[in-house]
Amino acid sequence: MMTFELSASDESTVVQSTGLSAMLRSIWADRLGRVGLILLAVTAVVAIVGPMIFPFDPTDVGSDASTILQPPSSEHWLGTDELGRDVFREFIAGARISLFVGIMATLISTVIGAGIGIVAGYFRGPLDTTLMSATDFFLVIPALPLMIAMGAIFGQNLVIIILVIGLLSWPRTARIVRSQTLSLRQRQYVSRAKSLGASDARIIRRNVAPHVMQLIVANTILVVAGCILAEATLSFIGLGDPDRISWGSMLHFAFVSGAVGLGAWWYFLPPGLGILVVVLGFTLVGHSFERIANPRLKGE
Amino acid sequence: MTAEPIRPAEHPSDRLPILSIEDLHVEYKVKNPNGRGKSIARAVDGVSLSLYPGETLAVVGESGSGKTSIANAVMRLIDASSGRIVFDGVDLVPLKGKQLRQLRPRLQMIFQDPFESLDPRMSVMDTVIEPLVINGIGASDADRRALGLAALERAGLTPADRIARRFTHELSGGQRQRVAIAAAMILEPSIVVADEPVSMLDVSLRAGILRLMADMRDRLGVAYLFITHDLSLAWMFADRIAVVYLGRVVEEGSPVELINNPQHPYTKALVSVIPVPETAATANRTVLTGEIPNPTAIPVGCRFHPRCPLYREQSEPDVCRTHDPMLMRTSTQSVHRAACHFVATVD
Repeated sequence: MMTFELSASDESTVVQSTGLSAMLRSIWADRLGRVGLILLAVTAVVAIVGPMIFPFDPTDVGSDASTILQPPSSEHWLGTDELGRDVFREFIAGARISLFVGIMATLISTVIGAGIGIVAGYFRGPLDTTLMSATDFFLVIPALPLMIAMGAIFGQNLVIIILVIGLLSWPRTARIVRSQTLSLRQRQYVSRAKSLGASDARIIRRNVAPHVMQLIVANTILVVAGCILAEATLSFIGLGDPDRISWGSMLHFAFVSGAVGLGAWWYFLPPGLGILVVVLGFTLVGHSFERIANPRLKGE
Repeated sequence: MTAEPIRPAEHPSDRLPILSIEDLHVEYKVKNPNGRGKSIARAVDGVSLSLYPGETLAVVGESGSGKTSIANAVMRLIDASSGRIVFDGVDLVPLKGKQLRQLRPRLQMIFQDPFESLDPRMSVMDTVIEPLVINGIGASDADRRALGLAALERAGLTPADRIARRFTHELSGGQRQRVAIAAAMILEPSIVVADEPVSMLDVSLRAGILRLMADMRDRLGVAYLFITHDLSLAWMFADRIAVVYLGRVVEEGSPVELINNPQHPYTKALVSVIPVPETAATANRTVLTGEIPNPTAIPVGCRFHPRCPLYREQSEPDVCRTHDPMLMRTSTQSVHRAACHFVATVD
């Protein structure tokens, strides 16, 4: 959404809003970024178009023992699961759930993190101290046990899972956005807006937020990877939504049904690789964008 | 320090100052270099100044003198620790939120660095009409744009309609400063605080910007609080000059008096190093030794004594180390005042 250019007066980046295409072009120019984009594009096609062509019916279970955990065949491209359902269709349906949970949780995390970061960095003082203490608290508490506890308390439901992940993954964003805001609030154009009589809300909206946007976007892409992994982890240990099969819950059921022990690779390998591909894709694109947004990171 | 406003001879006595700064203090907490604890830096340490309508008061000082802190405190961009900043009868120091925002249009600022003070994401037109939008002036967007074009034209940015469409980062430094001036003047303020408005600009552009500012002063009757490190610039542009050293006014007077007859040893040193064509003058240059002291450790007594040539000439009198000199009138005829134990005063 943004690109950058060096202004003549200093080495800080000047953000200019341009199209999504410009951002994609610059990531495409980066070798690792290009790999990431391809991985994400494939995943997106699978998650969006896949279920339309190969709908998954979780009630379409096998009729007898001979239909369960069958290896790949012409009828079932990736074999069947422990209930005799088609793993290929299940895998495609799982892609959609995994991505959906990951992206929704990221949106929550970004809104909270960016909001807290901007408010704390802009207003400073006791508000900053309080908010950053809270952020540090969330940063140091081990997220996974807390997610497990919250998941266990609030139930196994997709909305709850999204909220739990989203509410526990914002501190990094808050820290990064705050530090950028701290430097932005010292800019003379912020002082100028203040001396023109602009309210704090207006200054944040017009003079601060647009300048941290690029940073937020770069960070968000990385957070998606973390959220997808968090969802997979929760689902794998059995805290997923049983009605919405994700890659994590496929792994869970493959594990508890003994498919892993029986060597039914067609059941556990696809969701495992799926998670790997999508997390790798987001990470590569995120780091590539970060490098583009912040030239000082080059070579690190 | 006396809070009583002085009545300069050049001003009719019925005029009241539009701005009077009374015993202003600005303090910052700074971390100690050894990392342990904090000290208080007294950036502005008891400054009193008056600015009359339509007048230009130059505040001259080297970096670290607190001159920018004075400007920022007047603009309420930083908080005063104590003192009063009375603008048109209202003390700005205790004002907050909406009350302060309502007064802001009458006090505008021109910043030092035109590359930093304008948001690089905004077009020239948006930058110039931003003050109108913020303060809800103008009936419609078209109205505001018309005012914006007129303001750009007044600031010498022609063709205004073409320049208005460009982004501020596409302009040269001089053009950007003109945009900043146009935007500051569009609200027709009573006071404009100009913090080193030309120091970042190429020397060839400075005269043009100063001419524009003088033109605005004549046209709008705006008073300037002109912050500069350059005494010759102050002499050229100001009606009155206040020399600040380490957070305190050490001498104040009209440019002619101050340059031709400086009283305070610090001013004398500053005046002696103004580049002049005559070679004779260079013989009497007083080059100050040492750095301006740290505002966390302002010298006791007269704050200038550790660097003062007069102090050494007078074989280091005790009074300079024990007593902080007051700003006193040096003549009954004029507004000239100086803060030195060894200057003849009339008060």
